[in-house]
Amino acid sequence: MLEAVDIAKSFGEVQALAGASFSLAPGEVHGLVGENGAGKSTLIKVLSGVLRPDRGQVFLNGRRVVVPSPAVARRLGLGTVFQELTLLRWMTVAENLLLDDLPRGRGGLVQRRKLADRAAAVLSSYGVESIDPLEVPDRLSLADQQILEIVRTLRRQPSILLLDEPTASLSAGQVDWLFAQVRRFRTEGGSVVFTSHRWKEVEELVDRLTVFRNGRDVATRERLDESEAVVLMTGRRLGEMYPPVPTATSEDVLLEVREVRSNVLDGVSFSVRRGEILGIGGLAGQGQRELFLTLFGARRAKGGEIVVGGQRRRIRRPKDAIRSGLGIALVPEDRKQEGLLLPLSVRDNLTLPVVGRFAIAGLIRRAEERRHVGELIARLQVKTTRSGSQAVETLSGGNQQKVLIGRWLLAGAQVLLLYDITRGVDLGTKHDLYKLVAELAEAGHAIVFYSSDTDETAHLCQRVLVMREGRVVRELAGAQVEPEAIVAASVMETAEV
Amino acid sequence: MSVVRRSRWSYLSLQQAPLLLAFVMLGITVAAYVLFFDLRLHHLPTAFAWDSTISNALPLVFVAAGQGIVVLTRSLDLSVGGIMDLTNSLAATHMHSSVPSMLLWSLIVLAVGGATGLVNGLLVTVGRLQPIVVTIATMSILQGLAAWVLPQPGGNIPASYTNILANSNSPLGLVFIGVVAVFWLLLRRFRLGIALYAVGNDAEAANALGINVRRIRTSAFVLSGIMSAAAGLFLAAGSSGGDATGGDSYLLASFAAVVLGGVSFFGGRGSVIGVVCGAGVVTLLVSVLFYANVNSFYESFYQGIFLIGAVLLGMVVTSLAQRRARGSLRRSRRRW
Ligand SMILES: Nc1ncnc2c1ncn2[C@@H]1O[C@H](COP(=O)(O)OP(=O)(O)O)[C@@H](O)[C@H]1O
Ligand SMILES: [Mg+2]
Repeated sequence: MLEAVDIAKSFGEVQALAGASFSLAPGEVHGLVGENGAGKSTLIKVLSGVLRPDRGQVFLNGRRVVVPSPAVARRLGLGTVFQELTLLRWMTVAENLLLDDLPRGRGGLVQRRKLADRAAAVLSSYGVESIDPLEVPDRLSLADQQILEIVRTLRRQPSILLLDEPTASLSAGQVDWLFAQVRRFRTEGGSVVFTSHRWKEVEELVDRLTVFRNGRDVATRERLDESEAVVLMTGRRLGEMYPPVPTATSEDVLLEVREVRSNVLDGVSFSVRRGEILGIGGLAGQGQRELFLTLFGARRAKGGEIVVGGQRRRIRRPKDAIRSGLGIALVPEDRKQEGLLLPLSVRDNLTLPVVGRFAIAGLIRRAEERRHVGELIARLQVKTTRSGSQAVETLSGGNQQKVLIGRWLLAGAQVLLLYDITRGVDLGTKHDLYKLVAELAEAGHAIVFYSSDTDETAHLCQRVLVMREGRVVRELAGAQVEPEAIVAASVMETAEV
Repeated sequence: MSVVRRSRWSYLSLQQAPLLLAFVMLGITVAAYVLFFDLRLHHLPTAFAWDSTISNALPLVFVAAGQGIVVLTRSLDLSVGGIMDLTNSLAATHMHSSVPSMLLWSLIVLAVGGATGLVNGLLVTVGRLQPIVVTIATMSILQGLAAWVLPQPGGNIPASYTNILANSNSPLGLVFIGVVAVFWLLLRRFRLGIALYAVGNDAEAANALGINVRRIRTSAFVLSGIMSAAAGLFLAAGSSGGDATGGDSYLLASFAAVVLGGVSFFGGRGSVIGVVCGAGVVTLLVSVLFYANVNSFYESFYQGIFLIGAVLLGMVVTSLAQRRARGSLRRSRRRW
């Protein structure tokens, strides 16, 4: 039906697709899976005429086609829901839905009332009643925007439907709605390309799937179990995901926290040594986030002491934390909010706080800067160009995370507070991050680590503090550090109350 | 099952809050005008005062409407003043008092404006240059051409032409304002109008939806060029002659009118009707300051203060309206 052969596409030095092929059979739902950055979205954009491939061919019903623009793709019967929404934010829902088919009256004038009525009819024919045609997408929830986007594509009655991560912002009920639409579309003879990060959804919906890795297709199967999929997507086995836990030998305490209190924290005390990865566990929302923010100075403590490298320090704002002798740095789960300048290059983001260091009399020595940046990019394995000239916003989440870590390393931070840094990061990059954390510990940093995934905490940390209601209620060390033990400690203690 | 649809007006009032605000501001300035006029001259503005104020406003109404269309597509046109320079000079040097000459030269002048807009548009879309770079260059070229056409202020505009385009003894000017308004309301309901908004909202998305973004953006510049040329004609008619620098001050005034009219500089939001109100506000403000006995030396100082105040007020009102609406929306939204 639709076939892509040996498609390649580069963005500057980043090769998004390196000879990817796949073929869609009539009447099937075909899943594309792969890590973030594997090239799925790029392939879909190429097929939809948004991007021109550098090389490769597209066949439709056996005939070679060129898709130079989205309009042509549409004429060929392709309907695409892109990963990034393409709604017009301040035009009405009705205009968005019917932009290419506006009801016109005398003299070609658009009939507003008819426009709204017809849009309402379209929405309800797809079982969507919660979106008002006169509303503007800017004021709809993300899920409703996504639904609107899907309905808009379905309404054009394409023969091939391409859905790029359509479920990312949908609730469970809405996912069911989408799946029902997809199945209806298939019974009516359509074919579907579907990508999702949620393995369960892929398993439930697709007839066949193609696995992508590094811009290439690595396998097409009818059935695939999860562990095999992980191997194909990452080139690793599930068990090899975690590096060996480093053995902390130093007795050198870098950070000591004594009875720290705040609105949420109720007297937290602990210490971290050089080379140690200290896990913070517990159920979500037991003050872990507060603790990290307080240590970093982003929240005020109400009492207690913070001792950095043997000296008492007052940390009232992040600047104090970074300058507190050894340097305390926070890497949060949400890179966007915490200090990455997304449109700027990787290099600028790395060196911005310390750029003075590469300067003589105010002149920045670019060569020196580039050398440092190049080394850091290699050490952190940031997937970008070696010169670091790529804009940070075009990196995947995990790679943005690495850039933020790199910035703190350049700034000389020795105590790293890593808060849920793998949230929303794909498997391969997760693995890189685990390795990086272990390496940083071995290099003599002290690390405080929180993850919403207990497995990670258990596999990476030498010692785990379980928190409940703003207090440390349990300390697990050595052989006690097991996912089950952490969960048990979090849950049982809570259950007793 | 069907949802309770809120009334059309509740959406309009929210989505068009900046437009409503522009109307309110126009109302306030009109009131201020009447007040200061009366304080100074001890009687209400005469019909003549109104008529001449309206015909004074016409050049700005047209040029700002054109600018507004360009801004709606998330762009800007710095050449509008230059177009007015050239076109009013052309009219003043070439037009004779015969009907064919007046018609012919009006059309030529409008064509010159349109052609300039086309050049701007093509350089921006096909040449992929920044609008600011392109239009600053064309502005400069046009100013040079204007000085060549009319080295000294002067020339002549036929009296009958002035009587039509800038008649201070009849409210004919309202008709021209009406023409702009109707033109816009119609345009808004053609594909082109909707596409202008779509491009301003998100050019990439509009492209993905099959809209020819280049053509639409170019069209906006062409419309702006034609409107600016019309503004040049009104300017020439109003002063019964030409001035090769007469249009320059209209550039900043056109942006002031766009801002006061509630068109977003990020594109895709606002209405040319609002811009027309904004042009009215900017024009009236000069009269208000005059009757309020403000030294004309400080005129631009007060204009600036007023502009900032108006924009701040607009932001506050809009965000309040949105917050209220969001609250009621949250209450009314049905969960899945
Ligand atoms: N517009 C762009 N500019 C630069 N790099 C890009 C752009 N779009 C995608 N990339 C890069 O191409 C690679 C593939 O991205 P993508 O196709 O979005 O992957 P996926 O959808 O599988 O997560 C990534 O490394 C990404 O950073
Ligand atoms: Mg993607």
